[in-house]
Amino acid sequence: MNAIPLQHILLVSTGLFFIGIYGFLTRRNLITMLMSIELTLNSVNINFVAFNRYLYPTKQDGLFFVIFVISIAAAEAAVAIAIIINLYRKYKTIDAEGADTMRF
Amino acid sequence: MLSATYIALIPLLPLASFLLIGLLGKRYLKMASGPIGTLSLLLSCALACITAFQYFFQAGRVNGVFEKITVFKFAWLNFSPNVSIDMGLVLDPISVMMILVVTLIALMVHIYSLSYMKGEERVSTYFSFLSLFTFSMLGLVLASNIFQMYIFWELVGLSSYLLIGFYFDKPSAVAAAKKAFIVTRFADLGFLIGILILSFHAETLDFTTLISRLSTPGSPWLLSISSASFMGFSLLTWGLVLLFVGGAGKSAMFPLHIWLPDAMEGPTPVSALIHAATMVVAGVFMVARMFPVYALSCPAALQVVAWTGAISSLFAALIACTQTDIKRVLAYSTMSQIGYMMFALGVSGYGGENGLGYTASLFHLFTHALFKALLFLGAGAVIHYVHSNELSKMGGLRKHIPITHITFLVACLAIAGVPPFSGFFSKEEILMASYQHNFPIYCIALFTAGLTAFYMFRLYFSIFWKKELSADSHAHGEGGFAMMFPLVLLALFTLGAGFIPFGKFISSDGLPLTSEVHLGFSLIPVLLSLCGIFMAMAFYKKESTLPDKAATVLGELYKASFNKFKIDEVWLKVTKGFLFGIVGRFAAWFDKSIINGAIDLGASFAEVVSDTVRMLQTGKVQDYAACVLAGVLSLCLYFLYVWM
Repeated sequence: MNAIPLQHILLVSTGLFFIGIYGFLTRRNLITMLMSIELTLNSVNINFVAFNRYLYPTKQDGLFFVIFVISIAAAEAAVAIAIIINLYRKYKTIDAEGADTMRF
Repeated sequence: MLSATYIALIPLLPLASFLLIGLLGKRYLKMASGPIGTLSLLLSCALACITAFQYFFQAGRVNGVFEKITVFKFAWLNFSPNVSIDMGLVLDPISVMMILVVTLIALMVHIYSLSYMKGEERVSTYFSFLSLFTFSMLGLVLASNIFQMYIFWELVGLSSYLLIGFYFDKPSAVAAAKKAFIVTRFADLGFLIGILILSFHAETLDFTTLISRLSTPGSPWLLSISSASFMGFSLLTWGLVLLFVGGAGKSAMFPLHIWLPDAMEGPTPVSALIHAATMVVAGVFMVARMFPVYALSCPAALQVVAWTGAISSLFAALIACTQTDIKRVLAYSTMSQIGYMMFALGVSGYGGENGLGYTASLFHLFTHALFKALLFLGAGAVIHYVHSNELSKMGGLRKHIPITHITFLVACLAIAGVPPFSGFFSKEEILMASYQHNFPIYCIALFTAGLTAFYMFRLYFSIFWKKELSADSHAHGEGGFAMMFPLVLLALFTLGAGFIPFGKFISSDGLPLTSEVHLGFSLIPVLLSLCGIFMAMAFYKKESTLPDKAATVLGELYKASFNKFKIDEVWLKVTKGFLFGIVGRFAAWFDKSIINGAIDLGASFAEVVSDTVRMLQTGKVQDYAACVLAGVLSLCLYFLYVWM
């Protein structure tokens, strides 16, 4: 049953999290940045599932949270894409560098 | 018996009419504002007469002494159980005499103004200001508390300011109003400091208590104030002299007189009421009110009063001889006569025969109010007729305006001190008092009396004789009944007022004082006055070259007098040169560089800091995200390694 120890799973999720962060900070394309956010959210989901499975096998709160996060992420993607489309209409680019008028 | 209700109505009726006319007059009561003001004054004058009758003949005298009766008092502002600013009404001989004078003259001026101000655009404003003034003046004379007096003192200053500047489209009137307000306000600073010094040591603001505490020899309050000294004089002297500075400002004593001649820019009835008969004697009234303290505790301060009065009376009389503006001559003569009242108080002692100067001063205040109001109202009628203030535009008017001519002559004879007109009696008493107590001042007063007769008759002859006017140069007549009635009535009073046995009613200690005219003593002043009159007659009855010749002979003196001894210029030097040039410049520098500089420093510091900080805001979403990440990570590190 315990073929894969918890630490391994946590390592995977940590890796995934930082890949997402790295992508978010380095990519200039807004779509790619959105995808990076999805990665970080999914790393959290893995954590939820793993902890639920390993620490409280009889309970299902972690799973509910995961469902919740996925649905929020879907909604968030819809809003984010709407924002990106609007930005594109205004700046004719989906590059994050182009939208820097919110400054001093 | 004396009842608080109707005595309170005496000042409250003008207040009510001020509020009514002031708030509604312009829109709804334009035609009615004059009659409303006059009616309220008529009522309060009648009440004042009743009060005076009851006070002097029934209720006032207790065991033969006139008592100070507080008819009504309430604490308006309580500082501590013992010290409070009260609003109240006090009746004593001088306040009763003053309400009589104020309401009577104000009534005459109101009636006169009904005709004089007819057709004026802002007539309701005018009458509301007059009512405000009358209310304030009555509040001043009836004050039970020295601070109440100060409040009303400022109020009369305000109404004087408003009325001098009534023709506010004339730059000279605006300048005169400002000058009057600033000069008297400056003097009132002295008054306020005087009040504070006296009341601090006497531990009360109430007149009766204050006076009794400070005039009882050996009382702890008197000891405390006389032993405290500042720059070599006791605080009592300082307090009383500063009080007198306030009075001198209001009463146009030298060298604070400069506002009074300019105040003649106001409408003539206003000059009659405020700048001749009532407000300008407030200083005399105040010194008379505090007289026991002056006379019993601090003769040095009384000396200041005496000499200021004497110098002012001579000084103003000298200037009045050469002025060519009819109202200015009257203004300087007012100053001169108030100088008389002041030094009469100054030479007076307290009680019995010594108090003759006190009685004489207030007697002169009374008669002067009547004949000077008459002179101003007469001058108003003359100005109304010839449309000019300049003496050179007048002459030969005696047939054109006969009633004005006769009444003006009566007033001139009264002020010149010719028997049996009222001015004679009061002036004789003043001369007698100064003869008994201070001979140098007596000499000044005698000389001034001669000058007074000269300049008044110079005015009289220049207006009514001199040249002959063609019969029909002016279409309109002398002015209506409303203008002539006050003149005639005041002339009658001027004829009769001298026979009032004034000493029976008003004396320094409340006991009746009998004074009789000494024929031998009166001879010199009367002869001097007649000399003045005849000299004026020789100079000005016909057009002649004598005045010019006299002017060349007198040379510099004439020029100095014509230029009013350049006192205005001296004040300008003091204010412009010293106050604005040195004190003002330093204050401006301090304000600009120290106070403003400190604030500027704070502002520029904030600017530098924010300039640096705003660079953090790049507008790039990833920079913000990096910051958030750094923050979260450092929090994690903190919790892991430090906090755990």
